[in-house]
Amino acid sequence: MSSLDDLYRKVIMDHYQSPRNRGQLPDADATIQLKNPSCGDQIQLQLKIEDGHIRDAKYDGEGCSISMASASMMTEAIIGKQVDEALDLANRFSKMMVGEDVDTTGFEDIEALQGVCKFPARIKCATLSWKAMEKGICERCDYDLECGCHKHPLTDAETDDGAISEVKIADSATE
Amino acid sequence: MFGNEIREQFPILKQRVNDKPLIYLDSAATAHKPLAVINAVDDFYRNYNSNIHRGSHALALRATDAYEAAREKVRKFINARHDSEIVFNRGASSGINFVAQSYGMANVNEGDEILISLMEHHSNIIPWQQLAKKRGAVLKYLPLYPDGTIKLADVREMVTDRTKIVAITHISNVLGTINPVKEIVEIAHQKGAVVLIDGAQGAPHKRVDVQNINCDFYIISGHKMGGPTGIGAVYGKKQLLDNMEPIEFGGEMMGTVGLYDSTWKDAPLKFETGTMPIAGAIGLGAMIDFLEEIGMDKVEAHENELVNYALGRFANFPGLTIYGPLTNRSSLISFNLEGVHPHDIATVLDLAGIAIRAGEHCAEPLTRFLQVPATARASFYIYNTREEIDILYSELEKTKEYFGNVFA
Repeated sequence: MSSLDDLYRKVIMDHYQSPRNRGQLPDADATIQLKNPSCGDQIQLQLKIEDGHIRDAKYDGEGCSISMASASMMTEAIIGKQVDEALDLANRFSKMMVGEDVDTTGFEDIEALQGVCKFPARIKCATLSWKAMEKGICERCDYDLECGCHKHPLTDAETDDGAISEVKIADSATE
Repeated sequence: MFGNEIREQFPILKQRVNDKPLIYLDSAATAHKPLAVINAVDDFYRNYNSNIHRGSHALALRATDAYEAAREKVRKFINARHDSEIVFNRGASSGINFVAQSYGMANVNEGDEILISLMEHHSNIIPWQQLAKKRGAVLKYLPLYPDGTIKLADVREMVTDRTKIVAITHISNVLGTINPVKEIVEIAHQKGAVVLIDGAQGAPHKRVDVQNINCDFYIISGHKMGGPTGIGAVYGKKQLLDNMEPIEFGGEMMGTVGLYDSTWKDAPLKFETGTMPIAGAIGLGAMIDFLEEIGMDKVEAHENELVNYALGRFANFPGLTIYGPLTNRSSLISFNLEGVHPHDIATVLDLAGIAIRAGEHCAEPLTRFLQVPATARASFYIYNTREEIDILYSELEKTKEYFGNVFA
C-alpha cells in the first residue's frame, strides 16, 4: 500500500492521535465554526490575536485523520506568528494542496500533508481548518478578502468549497 | 443470485480503478446504466431528437410517442390507475418540493401539522421545514428506535386531526429500513391526512404497487434505478393532481394565454413546464423495461441474498458497527470501523478499486441520532456479487490493520 503511505505519513497520524492545541480558548478574540456539509467534517477554531500577532489558537471538532491532523499542525505553526505570516502560510499551503511547488519555509510538520494533493477527494479535509483560520483573521482584523492587500489563495483556488461558516468575534475585537 | 449475464450489461463496470477491477458499492447514491438505457438515449439524440407535444412533423410525433410511452411504463411499473397520475420532473428532490409547494401551500394552514420521521433524507425534510415556516404549521418527527425502525404505535399517536401531510421514506438510504408504508397510510387516512412516500430507494429495489399501498403521492428518482440523471416522476392520485396548481409557469403547460390571465392544461401536462428531459424520460422507460424483463421479484431476491450475505459475514468483524435493522431491510449497509474515520475508510477502499460513500448521506438528523460524525456505506444493486463483498471484507481487514500499524 505504498500510495496510502504517501497520504498517511507517520507525522500526520501522530498529530491525529496526539493532537496539539485541541480544546477551548476561554479568552478568544474570534471563534470560527466551519462545516463541510458534504462530508460532515466540522471544526471550531479559536484565535487570540494581539498587536498583529496570533498569541494563541485552539481547535476542536469532528473529522477524519487528515482534517484533524491538519488543524493540529496549523495551530502549531501559527501560534506566535504575525497575522501576515499566518496568511502567507495559508497561501502557500493552499498552493501545495493543488499540487504547486511552493516554498516550504516554516512548514515543518505541515510538509507531510503534501501527499494530500494526489487525493482530490481529501483536499477539502486538509484545508478546512486553514479556511477557518483565514476567516477568523479577516473578520477579527477587518481585512477585506477582496481588497488585494492580502493574498487569499484558499478562496481563489477552492471557490466551490461549499463550507458553511459561523464567525463570532469577541466584543474586544470591535475596539 | 444473478450470474454474469446482468453484470455484462453495464459497460462502466468493466474498467479498472487505481489498477484494480472496479467494485461499485455506491448505487444508493446513483446506480449505473445498462446498455439498454445508454442505447435508448443515444437512439433519441441520434435519430429522433425533437421537442414534444408541440411539433407537427414526423420526428416530433415520434419523440412525443416515446415520451408518453415512458409515462405509461412508469404507470405500469408502480401499478398506478391512470397515465395522468404520473408527472415527470427532475428527480426525487424536485418531486417532493413540487408536492410541498403545490399541495402543501394550498392545504396546510396555520397550526396544522406535518409529520415526517427522523430517518428522512434532507430532500424529505427541508421542503417540509420551508412549508411549515411559510404556513405557520408544525413539523413533527416520528422517533427512531435503536434498531433503526419507527413504530406504528407512534404513528397512531402522532397523527392527529391537525395532521395534513405525512411524508416518509419507503426505504432509508442510511439504515436500509423498509418502512410499513401501507399501515402508515391507513392510519393517516383515518385522520384525513395525505401521505407522501419517498420512493427514491424504494422503486429501484422493491415491487411497488401504489394502489395497494394506497398512498397519495409516491416519489420516484430515475437515476437511482439506473435511468439517466435529471429525470424523476411523481405519482399522485388523480383527484389530488386535478385540483393542484402548477408551481412553474410558461411554455407547454398552458391552455390559453390572455394578456392578463391564462389557463392550464390538464394534469399531468400542467405540471410539466418548458422542455422536459425527454431523453431522460425515454431512458427511464428503457430502464423500467430492463428491470421488468428481469422481474422485480428476482431483483429483490438477488439483493436480499447479497445483503444477508454481507450482514452474515460482517457480523463478527472485530470493531465494526452496522447500523439499522438486521431483518426486513434493503440492500445497503452503513457501518463504522473502530478507530478509523469513514473518510479514511473510503480513501483506503478507493485505492483498492472499491467505491463506497462516507459522510452523512444527506441525512444529518439521522446521523446525529446515531451519535456518530459520519458513517461509511456500501450499497448493492443488481450487478453486485458475493465475490465483491468478499473483497470488501478483506480490504476492510487490511484497512484495520493499516491504521492499527500507523498508530503503533
